[in-house]
Amino acid sequence: MSVLINEETKVLIQGITGSQGFFHTRQMLAYGTRVVAGVTPGKGGEQVLNIPVYNTVREAVEKHEPDAAAIFVPAAKAYEAAVESVEAGIKLVVIISEHLPLQDTIKLLVLAKTRGVTIIGPNTFGIIVPSKCKIGIMPNTIYRPGPVGIVARSGTLSYEVASGLSGIGLGQSTVIGIGGDRVVGLNFVECLELFARDPLTEAIVMVGEIGGTAEEEAATYIKNKKLIKPVVAYVAGSSAPPGKRMGHAGAIIERGRGTYQSKIRALTEAGVKVATYPWEVAGLIRQLL
Amino acid sequence: MKLYEYLAKEIFSKNGLPVPKGYLCLSPEDAARAALELGPVAVKAQILAGGRGKAGGITFAATPEEAGIATARLLGSEIRGYPVTRVLVEEKLNIQGELYLGFTVDTSDRRPVALASCQGGVNIEEVPPEKLVRLLIDPLFGFSSYSALYLGLRLGLKGELLKEFVSLALILYWIFMKYDAELVEINPLAIVEGHLIAADARLNIDDDALYRHPEIEVIEDGSELEKAIKNLGLAYVQLDGNIAVLANGAGITMATLDTLEKFGGRAANFLDAGGGAGAEPMAKALDLILDTGPRAVLINIFGGITRCDEVARALIQVKEKRGQTVPIILRLVGTNEDEAYRLLKTYGIEAFKGMPEAVAAVVSATQKL
Repeated sequence: MSVLINEETKVLIQGITGSQGFFHTRQMLAYGTRVVAGVTPGKGGEQVLNIPVYNTVREAVEKHEPDAAAIFVPAAKAYEAAVESVEAGIKLVVIISEHLPLQDTIKLLVLAKTRGVTIIGPNTFGIIVPSKCKIGIMPNTIYRPGPVGIVARSGTLSYEVASGLSGIGLGQSTVIGIGGDRVVGLNFVECLELFARDPLTEAIVMVGEIGGTAEEEAATYIKNKKLIKPVVAYVAGSSAPPGKRMGHAGAIIERGRGTYQSKIRALTEAGVKVATYPWEVAGLIRQLL
Repeated sequence: MKLYEYLAKEIFSKNGLPVPKGYLCLSPEDAARAALELGPVAVKAQILAGGRGKAGGITFAATPEEAGIATARLLGSEIRGYPVTRVLVEEKLNIQGELYLGFTVDTSDRRPVALASCQGGVNIEEVPPEKLVRLLIDPLFGFSSYSALYLGLRLGLKGELLKEFVSLALILYWIFMKYDAELVEINPLAIVEGHLIAADARLNIDDDALYRHPEIEVIEDGSELEKAIKNLGLAYVQLDGNIAVLANGAGITMATLDTLEKFGGRAANFLDAGGGAGAEPMAKALDLILDTGPRAVLINIFGGITRCDEVARALIQVKEKRGQTVPIILRLVGTNEDEAYRLLKTYGIEAFKGMPEAVAAVVSATQKL
């Protein structure tokens, strides 16, 4: 068992002929992901890495019935690309693209909800079930199958944590990047719910950062639902000055909201073990398992 | 991107919102001339930060002479960290009441939200929750006149003021959507002689949507260095310490700064070279931060898509080009790590595999100096 995807998941790549789309499709294929089709308007009929390319998602869906789409399309076209997949009936859309206009994301999420589609991202590194399926841009080498679910706002920081876990023999059930933007689809709470129901997941790592209130909401969920699986959190940004955007669009303390202190307080009160440093996460998980 | 008050008011006015009569002034003479026409005026520093009233950025002047003096005092001064280069000289309003009205995005509900209060003129975060009306907006339905009416009634408005409020709120939402705003705000929304008028204006545009608003002039916030590095497409924030930091990915860069602080060091900057950065942007970024004159440099790379040997090559390239530099401490793990360490060894460069070891080393390097 795993969360959202597994070895059967058939994946469509939008923007497969672009440099990012091409590079990461090759990586995903090397990982064993079942990439069944690509879409780039105007490039229909071509083959990329032995994968057929279509002009439209609808054609690709008619021929291959993909379960998930990964969007590697530049920001200005990413909204339309994602809507195309939603409208064509694909139930999981992973938006790797960064810098989508906020209003585009908001509109997309409303549409996705009406169709029962799960959106991961934008600005995410993707989702991976180690040794089974990878949809995203994370490195192929750092994950091992195992009992720890990871949900993170940041890519490289989650790689650091995953690699630390793998290093002491603790593999991962599923790793989900929810994205570094202010407004994202799948959020911390929804990921915790998925991990709570997943029999393979025995402990959960949350990698958060300053900005927004997603960590606080996760804390409230953990407290109220009495999530019985242990949770370890690391939150980046304890030293970040207010009003400055720290790399991610969502990583900003604005008008007194989104502070490190508020997140740590909420998580600690909910019984979450909070790591002071990223390299401590693996050890804390080992103590709890 | 934040807009100056005068630019926000230009947009408000163009779209039919009532704003005070006023002129943008770049000199005391300009200001005196404006005051001659307007009578008693408010002279308002144009900066990209709130809370300017408390910081002395707004002065009232009864005569053209006073307006000139106030302007001369403001121009060239610094308010909330921003040098004042222009002022807005506006007719002084005889304010009978102050309301608040704004639209922004509720990031946890993932939709726009209207905010209104009968307590305007103060920092909206300081308004008690029971005095703040929040109304979530379904982006499919938009913000309708009945919603505007509901807000107006909740503020206790009646008659002509209520009517004006409804039409004004509809226009403000229209501006919010049309200009891809993150925040549009009138604070205070003033009651003057029985009518509503936008005494102040704030309009922040979503950076990621600027490309579809070529009509809006880009205002660059931040220091010259911040602007230069941002123009290279790198995420950079200037900080006040002496250890320059370079890492790959926003999260790991933040975590590096946090660790540095906890170990007793002070970061000079946040610089994220990107989660998948190759040798070229890495070398360029390193060059840039060396130019800022730090006491030491800390590079923290978790190589995933970024290959460690490329990082090693970038560092060697910069070292060869620049010769003697301040201490550069490198933490490097991940893809092609062995190749990277072999390369570094031939050039006598030491690298660490653990983050704590590297951070401790850079802190001790700066303390020795």
